[in-house]
Amino acid sequence: MGDTFSRILAACLLIMLTSLSWAEELLPEETAPPQTTEETPAEEIAAPLSIQDILNQLTERSFDMKEAAIRQLAEQDSPRVIPLLNALMERELVHNRENDTISLGHKADGEWQLLDPVSEQPIGTVNSRAARPVVINNRLRTVINNQLALFALNSDNSDARAEAAEQLIGNDDPDMLSALRLRRESEDNARVIEQIDTALNIAALSSDDLTTRLNAIDTLSRNLHPEVKNSLNDRLRNTEVDAEKVALEKALARIDARIENFQTADTIFFGLSLGSVLLLAAIGLAITFGVMGVINMAHGELIMLGAYTTYVVQQLLPNSNEWSLLIALPAAFLVSAVVGIFIERFVIRFLYGRPLETLLATFGVSLILQQAVRVIFSPLNRTVITPDWMSGALQINPVFSLTYNRLYIIFFALAVFLGLLTLLKKTRLGLQVRAVSQNRTTARALGIRSERVNALTFGLGSGIAGIAGVALAQLTNVGPNLGQSYIIDSFMVVVFGGVGNLWGTLTAAFGLGIANKLLEPMAGAVLAKILVLIFIILFIQRKPRGLFPQRGRAAEE
Amino acid sequence: MSFSKSMKKLAAGVVASSAIVYSGAVMAADTIKVGVLHSLSGTMAISESTLKDTVLMMIEEQNKKGGVMGKKLEPVVVDPASNWPLFAEKTRELITKEGVDVIFGCWTSVSRKSVLPVVEELNGLLFYPVQYEGEESSKNVFYTGAAPNQQAIPAVDYLLNDLGVKRFVLAGTDYVYPRTTNKILEAYLKAKGIPEKDIMINYTPFGHSDWQSIVSDVKSFGSQGKKTAVVSTINGDANVPFYKELGNQGISAEDIPVVAFSVGEEELSGIDTAPLVGHLAAWNYFQSVYNDANEAFIDQWHGFTGDKKRVTNDPMEATYIGFNMWVKAVEKAKSTDTDKVADAMIGIQTPNLTGGMAVMNENHHLSKPVLIGEIQDDGQFAVVWETDGLVKGDAWSDFLPGSKDLISDWTAPIKCGNYNTKTKSCGGAAAE
Repeated sequence: MGDTFSRILAACLLIMLTSLSWAEELLPEETAPPQTTEETPAEEIAAPLSIQDILNQLTERSFDMKEAAIRQLAEQDSPRVIPLLNALMERELVHNRENDTISLGHKADGEWQLLDPVSEQPIGTVNSRAARPVVINNRLRTVINNQLALFALNSDNSDARAEAAEQLIGNDDPDMLSALRLRRESEDNARVIEQIDTALNIAALSSDDLTTRLNAIDTLSRNLHPEVKNSLNDRLRNTEVDAEKVALEKALARIDARIENFQTADTIFFGLSLGSVLLLAAIGLAITFGVMGVINMAHGELIMLGAYTTYVVQQLLPNSNEWSLLIALPAAFLVSAVVGIFIERFVIRFLYGRPLETLLATFGVSLILQQAVRVIFSPLNRTVITPDWMSGALQINPVFSLTYNRLYIIFFALAVFLGLLTLLKKTRLGLQVRAVSQNRTTARALGIRSERVNALTFGLGSGIAGIAGVALAQLTNVGPNLGQSYIIDSFMVVVFGGVGNLWGTLTAAFGLGIANKLLEPMAGAVLAKILVLIFIILFIQRKPRGLFPQRGRAAEE
Repeated sequence: MSFSKSMKKLAAGVVASSAIVYSGAVMAADTIKVGVLHSLSGTMAISESTLKDTVLMMIEEQNKKGGVMGKKLEPVVVDPASNWPLFAEKTRELITKEGVDVIFGCWTSVSRKSVLPVVEELNGLLFYPVQYEGEESSKNVFYTGAAPNQQAIPAVDYLLNDLGVKRFVLAGTDYVYPRTTNKILEAYLKAKGIPEKDIMINYTPFGHSDWQSIVSDVKSFGSQGKKTAVVSTINGDANVPFYKELGNQGISAEDIPVVAFSVGEEELSGIDTAPLVGHLAAWNYFQSVYNDANEAFIDQWHGFTGDKKRVTNDPMEATYIGFNMWVKAVEKAKSTDTDKVADAMIGIQTPNLTGGMAVMNENHHLSKPVLIGEIQDDGQFAVVWETDGLVKGDAWSDFLPGSKDLISDWTAPIKCGNYNTKTKSCGGAAAE
């Protein structure tokens, strides 16, 4: 009831103010209070400005002036406030330099279509250079986000309320806090309550009353939100009360212990993710090098072709970013497989049994492919769009989250691995591949067309490299050098795992991935890589056939 | 992507390479030869091929105006293929075989260091257009990119004063530019009262693509109750996965801003920048700067490349300034002789693209404005801060013990690149 009353009161005040402003406008200009250019706090200007007037202050270069204008705008009681604040965030509020005013603008055909900020009526077009979006910086973005959150706090959607409350965590503005307290009283959604309590408890850390502070510290010690740790640390530096110091240290130790557990989980996830990338890069090579024994230095470039195929598919289907990857997969397989078969038929075929020549020839092929890509697509990196379902992270708690793209890639790598395994073990082609790789002469004697099987096997290995390219395009740059960065790692994995053994490749990829990520925090990225490499060299010295050596006649050749 | 365009590029490549073959002594008399030493293949092609096009565009423009001293300019393009020793060989080839009067080239510091002894031995002239770590000044080289005090130091000042940052992560690729720059920054931050425990230094290999652990480290480093920022000297395209990982792990620019010294419009054109909005870069030029000279330059670039989406960047502006200064100096010296041009260069002023004048100083470094920009969702930067006036490039950093007392002055009577003001002698020890 009291709420309604105060609103009515506010409305009355507003009407009075508006009428005052009319009176103000009637006065001759000279009597208007002199506007000093120094930072006059917006509230002190007697006459409430129209929304257009407030917006026009955004033509100022100074970010302080802009901030004042934004706060002023947010105080207006108008349905246009939220859309206008959003437009400012989206860079759709433009400064028209021809008449020095602010309006809404959409860019179309190299021109700005300008709209009136209040009525949204079109007010004409200007040349693309005659208007510029209003520049905002990080501080203003925070101010706007906080203002928007304040409005969203009373939204009907509980997700929006929770998000708004989270945005306001760590804020010490008294207006914001009282808004939060007000909401807390009528809120019934547990998630929103949790966020509001976090925000209020953090604010309570700077209360004057020691008991309030100690209670807040105690409650916060169970909270993992990064802002909590920040504020507790901040408080620890500023407090002089011993009891509080002890409580803070205890709370921080408790939070740190929990964070540490999650960090170990994080490291393992990072390791699995790196492992899956290594597996994807190496698995095609496990076929061409592992099964067929061909040292293919152009393997990385086949991955690169897969990545570029993703790019081309996305360019051809500009409106279907969400599922273009599904088309890119078979397309990349085909492109890389065809190029692979081409390489096998025209280069490698003549060099079977001469590894050194194969190495040099395929290295040449890799340079040709790289430069071809540079000529066709330019040496600049291409943008591969990440679909929405692959961006962001699966938030398990504030300190532990799994990024979706990496999560999908782990599953994808395993799926490719199992698919390949089935293909080799259960199909006719798989049987022939294994037969040819174990003993070519006998296989031929039994009526297997070894030439055809060789070409198909190489095509299969190359096609899988292409598929890997689709996945890697989501993680790294799509450019002519993409392949080079993976070739060494791929050989490392295959050799370490044991040539000719797919399970070995799997174990080696995940083993090296996790080892690398465990070492990285201690030794740094550069040293971690070196240490892993040294380990592999030593290991190969002792066990030249890798982790899982092939046994039997085939291995003796 | 269209086929005809790639054919055109192929044709241009053939023409350029045939130009190298046929540009013998026949035409030498009535043209001035300009060497272009930028990698067109290999890892650095991504950045350097743009600069080759810029030089060619400037030469075309100058020839339309009637050349220099009535002579047409003739480009000699070579491809050092991102191979550092090849840079030295190609320089020798350009100067001795082709007889070029000036070379525009190099990007990485290691390529410049490899070219340096050759241009000094053969008394050539090199214009180097990229921001670098300083600690060098050669009689034969003009540095038109930023020295650390024209990029790194002002950027850190902005973080300290305007954003109130108290904790710093210095992240870089593991090679000479980041290592030297971080050494300077570390000394500078300590001088500003930032304790050692609030500075985290991290190096990664070239082309690093798995940033998960490092970003997660940065995240926990940033949760100590003090405003934290990342100062990034991460090179080239390793930035893309770094920024992607920042976005994925939910670090926004409002929490932990990243200010980068090697990320420009060109690097951003390879990524979706929506999650990066608000991260910072420090340069002497941004494409979004609004003035007539810049608009004209952008139009010219779009016309030359035939692609309205091509962006411009800071090293292109440095090439633009360097080229215009060289033209002016040749006209002033009335000769293309290296010594005469080098003397004439000092004090030359030409307009830069941010609405001011660039001045070549006696230490072969420029005076330029420093701008800080925030990344926008369209891959451009919005300028949020700039220095009041021009900042004079400092060849020898004031914050390193070995180079504190060194200055560079190529005018009489000092005429020395590393003059020690304490011992009053030339040839003071360089910083390690």
